[in-house]
Order: sequence, then C-alpha cells, then structure tokens
Amino acid sequence: MTTDLIIFLGLGFVALATAISMLASRNAIYSALFLVMNFITVAVLYLLLNAAFIALVQVTVYAGAIMVLFLFVIMLLGAEHVEASPGLPWQGPVAVLLGLILAGEFGLLLFGREGTLAQDLQTAVEGFGSPASVGLELFRNYLIPFEITSVLLLVAMVGAIVLTRRERKESR
Amino acid sequence: MIPLSWYLIVAAAIFCIGIYGVLARKNAVGILMGIELMLNAVILNLVAFWRYLTPSLIGGQAFAVIVFAVAASEAAVGLALIISIYRRHSTVVADEINMLKW
Repeated sequence: MTTDLIIFLGLGFVALATAISMLASRNAIYSALFLVMNFITVAVLYLLLNAAFIALVQVTVYAGAIMVLFLFVIMLLGAEHVEASPGLPWQGPVAVLLGLILAGEFGLLLFGREGTLAQDLQTAVEGFGSPASVGLELFRNYLIPFEITSVLLLVAMVGAIVLTRRERKESR
Repeated sequence: MIPLSWYLIVAAAIFCIGIYGVLARKNAVGILMGIELMLNAVILNLVAFWRYLTPSLIGGQAFAVIVFAVAASEAAVGLALIISIYRRHSTVVADEINMLKW
C-alpha cells in the first residue's frame, strides 16, 4: 500500500505542476503540450482507481483526439503568441480572487466533513471494473443514454462542419 | 491506504487552476483549454466517487464515458466557433470579440 501512496503523491504533484505551467507558459503550443502531459498523468490516476477503460479513453480521446485538434487550430490560426492587450487591467486580480474563493469553498467542504470522506477502499476482486463489464453495463442498462450520446456527437460534427464552412457569397 | 478526500483535493485543485485559466486568459483557445482542464477534474471526481462509495455499481464508469463524449463534442464546436470568428474578424483575442456590445 505504500507504493500506491508514493505513486499517488508523485502523480498528484506532476498533475498540479503541469496544470500550473500550462497557465504560466506564454506560448500556446507549450501550454497545449503541458495539458497533454496533465491528461496522461490523470489517466494513470484512473489506473490507480481500477478504471482501466476510463484510462484508455482518457489517453485516446483527450490526449489524442482533442489535443491534436487544439494543436491543429493553434497552428492554423497562428495563435501561439497573443500579446497581453491593455483592455482589462483588473482581469488578472479578479481571476485570482475568484479562483481562491472557489478553492476556499472546496477546502471548507473537504476538511469540514471528514466523516464520509475518510472512506476505506474495498479490495478489488478479479476482473473488477474491467472494460468488458463497462461495455455490458453501457449496452444493458444505459442503452438509451448511450444512443443519445451518439446523436450528440453527430450533431456536434454537423455543427462544426456548418460553422467552419466557407460561405459562397463572401468568397467571391 | 489513500483516503477518498486526497483524490477530491487533487481534483479540486485542478478545477481551481482551470477556472483561473478561463477567467484570466485572453486567447480564446486558452479559455477552451481551461474548460477542458475543469471537465477533466470533474471526471476524476466521478471515477473516485465510484471506486470508493459504490464500487459494485459499474454505472459510475458509464457516466464518466458519457461525460467524455460531451467534452469531445464541446471542444469540436468551440474550436469551430473560434475558426469561424477568426475568418470574419481575424482575431482570437476574447477582448476584441465584442460584436454583441451595444
């Protein structure tokens, strides 16, 4: 169990460090790559929680598909360096203030009620949380939400194509 | 033994960093990246709660899968909107996108 603890502490440190350096880096490409690193670290956290399927989906969908899309858009638009415009000088301090207020509320909730959250982990049996059981659950009990999700993805795809389509009147 | 609250603390910290990014970034792509970070923290919470509180119900993972699909479609539509705005106004700075103002 001590190895679990060491792995968790290391992963948590790396996840927070990459999230902070994502915000700190001026170049948008670097921050996208730090975000990929953060997603892969969180995928290993899912493995620690016996959720192998979620970890694989995290790597393929998040770190693969979504972040490649982000990198593609950043390079397409040439948006690597956006200089700080003087428009809203109070934006940064207000963002810090609101983020700290939210963190304080989370801390109050997490440390205020130790009772339910100090739950002990039950030992995992063979084949616990395997991709096969997730698939069975998805297609047995959650079939209608699953189908609605596929319709949602289709609508998002059509919407993305319609939004980025060049209109014929303007191109001439 | 790792308590549940440690996972929740990591997820809450990632969520707060993400919300700072959303509020402080001027680049619209950076704002979307902050939103992705927040969604990631939410999924971490979901999986941790499933593992610690209801490990016999695999539905917690099914829920996380559906949130993944929502995150993917959100990123696709958001980036399409950014490309569309860039075509019309040739900017991705959120301050300069003020067509709805007055």
